Amino acid sequence: MIELRGVSKRWREFSIKNITLEIKKGEYFVILGPTGAGKTLLLELIAGFHFPDEGRILIDGRDMTFSPPEERNIGFIYQDYMLFPHLTVEKNIAFGLRARQRGRFKREKREGRERREEIERKVKEVLQMLGIEHLAKRRPATLSGGEQQKVAIARALAIEPRILLLDEPLSALDMRTKEQLREDLRRLNRENGITMVHVTHDQTEAAMLADRIAVMMRGRIVQIGTSREIFSRPASAEIAEFVGVENIFSGVVVRNEGGLAEIKIASAGLAGSAGSAAFSGSETIFAVSKYGEGTAVNVFVRPEDIILAKSIQDFGGSSSARNVIRCEIERITSMGALVRVRMRNGLVALVTAHAVEELRLREGDEVLAIFKATAAHTIKT
Amino acid sequence: MKREKIFILSLFLGIFLIAFVCIALGNMFYTQAKDISALIEAAKDANVLKAIWISISAASTATLIAFIFGTPLAYFLARKEFFGKSVIEGIVDVPLMIPHIVAGIALYAVFMRYGVLGAPLQRLGLAFQDAFAGIVVAMLFVSFPLFVDAAKEGFKQVDPRFENVARSLGASQLRTFFEVTFPLASPSIISGAIMCWGRAISEFSAVLVLASFPRSAPVLIYERFTSYGLKAAMPVAVLLISICLLIFVLLRLLGTKAGSSKK
Repeated sequence: MIELRGVSKRWREFSIKNITLEIKKGEYFVILGPTGAGKTLLLELIAGFHFPDEGRILIDGRDMTFSPPEERNIGFIYQDYMLFPHLTVEKNIAFGLRARQRGRFKREKREGRERREEIERKVKEVLQMLGIEHLAKRRPATLSGGEQQKVAIARALAIEPRILLLDEPLSALDMRTKEQLREDLRRLNRENGITMVHVTHDQTEAAMLADRIAVMMRGRIVQIGTSREIFSRPASAEIAEFVGVENIFSGVVVRNEGGLAEIKIASAGLAGSAGSAAFSGSETIFAVSKYGEGTAVNVFVRPEDIILAKSIQDFGGSSSARNVIRCEIERITSMGALVRVRMRNGLVALVTAHAVEELRLREGDEVLAIFKATAAHTIKT
Repeated sequence: MKREKIFILSLFLGIFLIAFVCIALGNMFYTQAKDISALIEAAKDANVLKAIWISISAASTATLIAFIFGTPLAYFLARKEFFGKSVIEGIVDVPLMIPHIVAGIALYAVFMRYGVLGAPLQRLGLAFQDAFAGIVVAMLFVSFPLFVDAAKEGFKQVDPRFENVARSLGASQLRTFFEVTFPLASPSIISGAIMCWGRAISEFSAVLVLASFPRSAPVLIYERFTSYGLKAAMPVAVLLISICLLIFVLLRLLGTKAGSSKK
């Protein structure tokens, strides 16, 4: 288990402030945040490349705050692989084994030949595990991005680390390789039980890989939770905006009956983000909420939770969804299989290309934007 | 087309400097080629061969010392930011700025028989004034900045994240340096060593002041020139340049090979 207690560090233009965090053994933990949030610095502090100005870092209950990296048994993988260019793939992988085994064999008074054989066996094993045996004799410069990243993973795994730290490991890869490596990483985590701490700014990557996600902004952890919690129930307007909740409204609860709140959206006092909806002032949203009458709240609705229809008849004349808003389509943007539909009132919906085709949606059309009260998440402002 | 124009202009202007070197050295070789027997005579002259050997061995010793002490200094300067760093960097480059005759006088004052360092070291059996060690000291003083500057740039080009990864894999700082950082910086280090050696072997003024004996090649050439004229000095000069060029080209090839194996 990794435990950070009030860790702060200032380094060049980056800083992290008072971070307290617990990462469980065997967990796939993702640190999600925008560029410059201090994610890499946090990872490098766990690895021991820097020491904190304040706070403690405990690994498996042992205080490792000021232990050098070579004593932590933590594998580290950078976005741009950092394979040693002067060594072949197999020598890259054997690097850590040679460094670690020298001391151990000396202590155990074992032969150099035995040591070499053990290293060769281990190198072969990790090469096979990642399906890259054929690259063994190649130099890093002759490999593709995906191959280099696999070698970097193999090199880190060869030392059998208890923790694997991954700094944006998939960012520089194409879509197909990214998907394959994502599966590899998840498999390695499940099969080998290695604790993974993965830093990314990519929400899809975080959602697909993480057992838990920590959202990091301006050097602070602002929310920790499962991907469902982070993406459906962001703790602030800023997080909501970052995790892709494009529909953010501010309003006041006018009634709350058994947890179903009726929220009057403020005419001008919306959440203030560029993508926030701008209602005319007469709209009301129903949301499942704990907040009572008179409470000022922000309401978040994910664009993929909004359904579009030309008329209520499209739903057989009725719908269980409590929110039905009449809007005019301002812009339709194709994103491959999905289509982003922006309404003139600022509301954004993410629907399938098939649905757009079926409903024959065009810019300027009037549509109904429909979403359930459970899809609207509220937080007190 | 515009790009080509700028290349043509660059080559046209650059060729001026190439021609400058080629004309100066080429003329000397051409003149000497007309009197090949004098060159053969010089190649057989024990004094000439001894002087060239002294120059080569002293320059090699100076380069080795620059390498041993300059490599850690260059690494430190490349990796660490600290108050007064620019002052240290300035001190390293001072020998490049001052006239070498001045450097010779400064060194003489320190390393002569009665100098601050010369006197105690002489008592320990290490003499500098008019001794091989004096030639090495003079050469080292004027040439080590070239090594340190080149090695520093080489270390700067090695991404510190390579070192981070190596250490996370279990390598100590020392092992990381010798197995990762140094090999990756080696093309610049080799290049710096070649420049350092070249500068050392060509040093005349500082060597003349501190240790005109035993005769190093430039001192011998100067002596023959002032005593017997151009005809006597030129064969020795041509011989020295030929040997230096040969060594220089071989070392450059070695450096290029080392550089390409890092890719």
